[in-house]
Amino acid sequence: MTDTVYGPVTDWATDFDHGAPEYNANIYKIWEDLKAAGCPIAHTERYGGTWLPLTNEMVHEIAYDTEHFTSRSVVVGQLKPSEVPDALPAPIGGAPPITSDPPFHQEARRILLPAFAPKKIDPLRDEIRQMCHDLIDNMGDAELIDAAEQYAQHIPVMIIASMAGLPKEDGDIFRSWVHVILAGIGESREEREPVFLALNEYLEKAIEDHIENPRDDLISFLLEAEIMGNKLSREHVAGTIILLMVAGIDTTWSGIGNSIWHLATNPVDRRRLVENPEMLPMAIEEFLRAYAPVTMARLVKQDYEFHGVQMKEEDWVLLPFPAANRDEAKFENPDQVIIDREENRHAAFGLGIHRCLGSNLARLEMNVAVEVFLERFPDFELNTSEEMVWSTGQVRGPRQLPIRIKARK
Amino acid sequence: MRVHVDSSKCQGHNRCYALAPELFDVDDLGNAFELHDGNVPAGLEDKARLAVANCPEFAISIEE
Ligand code: HEM
Ligand code: SF4
Repeated sequence: MTDTVYGPVTDWATDFDHGAPEYNANIYKIWEDLKAAGCPIAHTERYGGTWLPLTNEMVHEIAYDTEHFTSRSVVVGQLKPSEVPDALPAPIGGAPPITSDPPFHQEARRILLPAFAPKKIDPLRDEIRQMCHDLIDNMGDAELIDAAEQYAQHIPVMIIASMAGLPKEDGDIFRSWVHVILAGIGESREEREPVFLALNEYLEKAIEDHIENPRDDLISFLLEAEIMGNKLSREHVAGTIILLMVAGIDTTWSGIGNSIWHLATNPVDRRRLVENPEMLPMAIEEFLRAYAPVTMARLVKQDYEFHGVQMKEEDWVLLPFPAANRDEAKFENPDQVIIDREENRHAAFGLGIHRCLGSNLARLEMNVAVEVFLERFPDFELNTSEEMVWSTGQVRGPRQLPIRIKARK
Repeated sequence: MRVHVDSSKCQGHNRCYALAPELFDVDDLGNAFELHDGNVPAGLEDKARLAVANCPEFAISIEE
């Protein structure tokens, strides 16, 4: 995809396109220019009308305001939910809890929370470590590797498939589906529909199989779970699994990739972490702040005046947590990556009731993945003779990350 | 020194538990609560301040 259906951007303040490849590739420059031009909230007619607020204050306000903004659809697309014939209504939405509003949201979230609480997630550390070592073993003694394709992308897929109770070998299929759902926002409906159908069919089979042969995994857990005394419908179970795949794969892949990219381009930080591995958890928080992978979206419930702009019912509003994390009103030297930053109230995992359900898992995966990478490759750099490719869409991270290994263990 | 987690604000980011497990614990849903009735043992004051400074929801308060 070189361009979206909407064509090239003429002016980022009034005609932006966050789905265009140059957005993610130049994101910090674009925000800086917008803010310097006195535009804290940009607008575009694309996608049927979309807003892009850039300050920490606005992002906080929208994230906490479920009265004026609905989560019914959190990925901006060419169609609004009202234009999709079989879209599930608010407050449930197509993929609870992320597409749900209060009061239903809390019910849908509560059943999942125990499976992702720290004491459930921490024991996965050894399994993730082993996976990371295996991936590096598979690279043999190659000097040139791609840390996005050969490393970062595999870790979350294997883990979420194993938690859900789906075969790990199906990783490549999941990734292609997730890619179409997230990165293909500018692609036509005809291209995307077959993917959604294939995904539904695959999950229907998996759910059927779990009904016949219950086991100790997330799908069986969901089939047994109840909301207000009722078992979850199969659509709810399938929607939740899709959500976990969509929410857990590209995001964590990006988080790991962004961290390795930083270390490949900042030798001082890399050396500090090789020599002081105990600093890593704090450094990961700083990478999450400075390179937050996820921008969410909301829909305006009813015409609403917000910080001097007139939002219309069913306008999209992007929630750029990454921009909130670089607001100088809230962070000292926000554009500097300070790996031992002490005060770091970043919002990479969102704010308020939709706080990333997988944040404990994502943090563990990022910590272990970077820790093992540094252990095995204490010296490496960006291989500038090959192209580095950023993702398109609301999840930002390297999709090709060519690295030259200079020392290995 | 005393710390307190406002459970109506806490969304379970778990920064406090990760940074100061001597002062905070988490329940089965992943939400935090203070240990020792919120009393901060001597020598852990800096950890308490660190937890406060890293809670994205501003859910932890501190009494010096
Ligand atoms: C570095 C990796 C990740 C980042 C940056 C990230 C970021 C986010 C953000 C910003 C939200 C808030 C959504 C909103 O406000 O609408 C969110 C929600 C969510 N995330 Fe993550 N995420 C990551 C990894 C994961 C993983 C590994 C999983 C699960 C396997 C996951 C599952 C979810 C779910 C289920 C929600 C919805 C929660 C709700 O609506 O109550 N995420 N994530
Ligand atoms: S850091 Fe804040 S939001 Fe997170 S668990 Fe602790 S008190 Fe709750």
